[in-house]
Order: sequence, then C-alpha cells, then structure tokens
Amino acid sequence: MNRLQQLFQHKKKDILSIYYTAGYPNLPDTLKIAEALEKSGADFLEIGFPYSDPVADGPIIQASSKQSLDQGMTLQVLFDQLKDLRKTITIPILLMGYVNPVLQYGVDNFCKACKEVGVDGCIIPDLPMYEYEEMYRTCFEENGISNIFLVTPQTSEERIRKIDGLSNAFIYLLSSAATTGKNLDVSTAARMYFTRIQAMNLNNPLMIGFGISDKQTFDSANEYASGAIIGSAFVKALSAEGEIEENISAFMKQFR
Amino acid sequence: MTTHDKIMSYFVNEKGYYGDFGGAYIPEMLYPNVEELRQQYLGIINELSFQEEFKALLKDYVGRPSPLYLAKRLSQKYGANIFLKREDLNHTGAHKINNTIGQILLAEKLGKKRIIAETGAGQHGVATATVCALRGLECVVYMGEIDIKRQAPNVARMKMLGATVVPATSGSKTLKDATNEAMRDWINNPVDTHYIIGSVVGPHPYPDMVSIFQSVISEETKKQLLAQTGKDEPDYVLACVGGGSNAAGMFYHFINDENVKLIAVEAAGMGVSSGYSAATTYLGKEGVLHGSRSILMQTPDGQVVEPHSVSAGLDYPGIGPQHAHLFKTGRCEYVSITDDESLNAGLLLTQLEGIIPAIESAHAIAHLEYMTFKGDENVVICLSGRGDKDMETYMKHFKL
Repeated sequence: MNRLQQLFQHKKKDILSIYYTAGYPNLPDTLKIAEALEKSGADFLEIGFPYSDPVADGPIIQASSKQSLDQGMTLQVLFDQLKDLRKTITIPILLMGYVNPVLQYGVDNFCKACKEVGVDGCIIPDLPMYEYEEMYRTCFEENGISNIFLVTPQTSEERIRKIDGLSNAFIYLLSSAATTGKNLDVSTAARMYFTRIQAMNLNNPLMIGFGISDKQTFDSANEYASGAIIGSAFVKALSAEGEIEENISAFMKQFR
Repeated sequence: MTTHDKIMSYFVNEKGYYGDFGGAYIPEMLYPNVEELRQQYLGIINELSFQEEFKALLKDYVGRPSPLYLAKRLSQKYGANIFLKREDLNHTGAHKINNTIGQILLAEKLGKKRIIAETGAGQHGVATATVCALRGLECVVYMGEIDIKRQAPNVARMKMLGATVVPATSGSKTLKDATNEAMRDWINNPVDTHYIIGSVVGPHPYPDMVSIFQSVISEETKKQLLAQTGKDEPDYVLACVGGGSNAAGMFYHFINDENVKLIAVEAAGMGVSSGYSAATTYLGKEGVLHGSRSILMQTPDGQVVEPHSVSAGLDYPGIGPQHAHLFKTGRCEYVSITDDESLNAGLLLTQLEGIIPAIESAHAIAHLEYMTFKGDENVVICLSGRGDKDMETYMKHFKL
C-alpha cells in the first residue's frame, strides 16, 4: 500500500490536495514549496511537470508551465530535484502532466524513477484508458504507482464503473467539463451530478477538482467528496510578490 | 467508402490505429465528444441522403470535379507526362473546402449548433466560415495572434462571412497554439459544439474522417486518368504535406496500387539542418501531438518544437498518423523542399503554365527537379491551392 492509499484509508473527509507546477516561480523552488505545503497542512500534493501544449489547462497553469520550461525544467531535472524528497516530505506526492514527455522519458524509466524518489501516483490527463490498460498498467502497478483517472459530468455510468475498476487510490471528479482555472459554480446541475456519483457507491474515494479556489468552494466540494484539489488559485498565489513561504502560509491559512 | 472496408493495411483499424500510430490521446473532458463522433461518423457518411447532399454540394457549390490538367510545357521541361489535379480551382481556392462541406453536414446530423475551427494561414478558417455561412451555423475560428497579423485578407474574409476570429495568445501564437485553443473551447463547450479540424490530424476518428472527405481528389483522378491515358494508375503521385490532408486525399485510392509510387513533399524551410524547418519525418520522433500518436518535432524531453516554413499551410510540427504509418512502412517516400526552392517552382509554374500556385503546392512542383524520368511516365501532382493568398510573399521574394 502506498502513501496515497494509506491516506484515504485513514482520512475520509476534508482532504486538501494542492497542485503546483514544478520549477515555478523559480527552477529550484519545487521541493521548497512541497515542504511549506506539508507544514501548512496540505494532505497530499500534485506536482505538475510542464508541457509545451497543455490543452486541458487554462491561462494560469499554461503560463506557469511556459515559465518553468523556459527556466530549463525537464522530467530529468524534476527527478533530480526530487531525489531527496523523502528526507523531508511525508505526505503523498503525485506527478501530473501530459503523456508525451512520459513517452520520451520511457514509460518503464518513468515508473522506476517515480518509485525511486518516492512518488505515489500520477495523473496523465491525455493518457487514454485503453492505452493505459494495454501498455502501461503493468508497469505502473509493478512500481506501486497509482494512476488517477478523471470523471466529468458527461462521463457515462458504464465508463465510471470501468474507471473505478482500474483505480486503486481515488477518482478525480471534475467539477464541470472545463479547462483549469475557472471558478466552481455549485449550481443545481453540479449538485445533481455530484449526488449522482456519490450514489454510485464506488470502491474508490472521490476528490473534486477544477474550479476549487478558496475556503467556500472547498467546503462545497467537501459535501460531496473526501476532499478537493486546488490548482490554479494556488499557482496564482505563488506568482505574487514576496517570499514564497509567506505567500504559501497566507494562502493556506483559510483552510487550516 | 466501400474501399474503406475492404482495404485495411494502410488504413485505420477498429481501435483507431494505423500500425503504431493514431489512437485518441485526449483528456476525459473531450472523450464524450470524440466518442460520439467515433460511433457515428461512418454510419452518417454512408447514409444515402448524406452522400447525395455531399456530392451535390461538391458539384454545384465547390465546382467539382476539379480538372486533371496535362501541363504540356511543364511536361516538356521535365520529360514526363505531368498532370495537375486542380484543387486550386475549387471554391475558396483550395482542397480544404472538401472537408469542411463534409464535416458541416455531419455536424448538422449530430444536432450541433456551433462550429469551431483552428487555422494557420486562414485557408481552413475561410473554408469553415464559408460552410457555416452556407448552412447558417455559428462559427468561431481560432488563429494565432502572429498569423492574424500576417494574414489580414483572410481574417477580413472570415469576418465578412460572419465568423468570430479569436486570437490564440498562448505559446508561439501560431497554428499549433490555435489548435490548442480550439481544443480548450471544445472542452468548455462539450454539448452543442462541433470542432472542424482542418487536416488529417487529431484524435481518431478525425484523421480517417478527413481523409474520407478528401478522398474525392483521388477518386476523380483515377477516372480522369483512365479517360485521358487509358489506364487509371499513374507512375507517380505527388502532394505536399503539412498535417497532410491534401496528400491523404490524393493518395487515398492509390495506396493499395503497389505500382504507383507515392511521394510526399514536406517543407524544409531554410534547410533541414538550419533550425528553421518543418520537415517532420526528417527531424521528428514518435510521440503524441494533438490527440494522436504520430511523428512530431520535439525536444529530447518531449516538448513540441516550433516549426518554420515560408508556407503557413506546411508550418506544422507534426504529420497525420496515416502519414507516419506510410513513412514507417516505406509505402510512401517523404522528401523535403526549401523555402527558396518552392518559391522558384511557384514562379516556374506561373510562367510555363499560367498558374500561380499556393506556396504549399509549389513544394510538390519543386520536387520534379530531383526526379529522373525515362520519358513516358505519367505523374500526377496535387495542386492543392491557388497562390492569391501568397502574393505578398511572392512579391517580396521576387521584388515584383
């Protein structure tokens, strides 16, 4: 059982996950940010490895990805930065990014590197379920890496059941069919969708993401899931003037 | 479409792959849209009513069949019988309209009310805005901010046709970024919107669907060749390749004719080793771009590299998955032509035949310089578009 699976076994509510782009705002900041987030009460982290063409992302994460790439970030640089991850960080860590950098790194090498530095899971939005099953699953499972799938309001029940069967940590419930960085509007439709998924009694716990930006949206999401994921709003907070550690603790204060 | 079922090896399989290439590498947010299309496209396209309407529009609105013209003075110069498939004579000036007519009819059958598209030079944007005006559908075209400045006449055309042109301001602000923005729009508008992709790229079923709509090019060519030469197989078929849609249509009905040599001409830009090139098969590696596994220009870390070509239509860092397969299997030969060579070929064709070609198409003409003929070979070149849009580039280059 990896750290992520353990977390969900012990904690059923109010789980707070934070996404941020590796190598942003400055190339060497990756680990420093993780440490500050753990200290200020995040339950687990998603570290984004940047890609030149991030189609699922809105302007904030696109801009942070571009800046990180311009500063020299690559998957290899990231794994080097995470070499001593487990000396200071105890919470679960996921890597999130697009499939092409993983393909070029080599899926085998990628999974092994994740295991070696102590990464617990991955979110690769453009890796399809069919390809995951056929070509990647064995390698992920052999290295104890949980692959996280996304579900949207348009995902069919049959497909959600299949995703539930392939998942072994949690399911990432998108608040709406949208790119990242939009505000969550907990409309009647969204409530009906969350309630519908809740009622399916899936094997895996749910985390709600996309559009979660503050205490209020976090609390709304918590009514329907084990917790929620904050991305763009945090990346935006990172880009503010001042010391990174202070910006992080100021942002996290509203939740913890 | 009957051939599509019969011949499999160079065509897409039921999983959406051409050999090692293709598939649908898309985030879950796009899955329902793409899946709806995948389940329905062949059924809709094969309906008699669809075929009748599609063919009627191609005939009466686009002006098909486009002529297959034996270019006598060009033939004399190179010592072969060189036929030009005149896609430049289509309404809106290029082959792009074949695909947009097909897709707008398909979008209507799917009940979509809003159309989005990406465009580089604006040719596909104009072809999309045209069919949206024709059918009365809302049209939003994404175009790189830099391309909007470079291609003002096409931007004006799209606006006059009633389309909204949205600048793509991310990344390099060109075609690849316009494609990203169109995909983001589709993610944010999953129910009422159809995305008309302009080339044989994107997630399955787009490459197959677009090549089916463009296959009219080779379907007509075969009949025209038979009438003009007594046989429907030429010795060579040439077409330029950016994403590869005119080539896919030009090759479609020749792919299984083993005696026909297929040649795809990529843009070498300022030279394949100059750092300013779009010669994807030469410079690229296997990977995933815009939803399919193919060959693309990228860094060792898998970041997409910005291409260069004087011709905006070939200025794309990838090729469609079928092309990647034709390249890897060796069924088709991929060559490249520089900016200067293509411009010179454009001038040559203009002065020998009185046809000003699009610079894209001029790349295919330029490859004749590298071919040797015995004298009686039949060569078909897809003249995919006309050069009106490129006059500024020609004027600057030749100081006209």
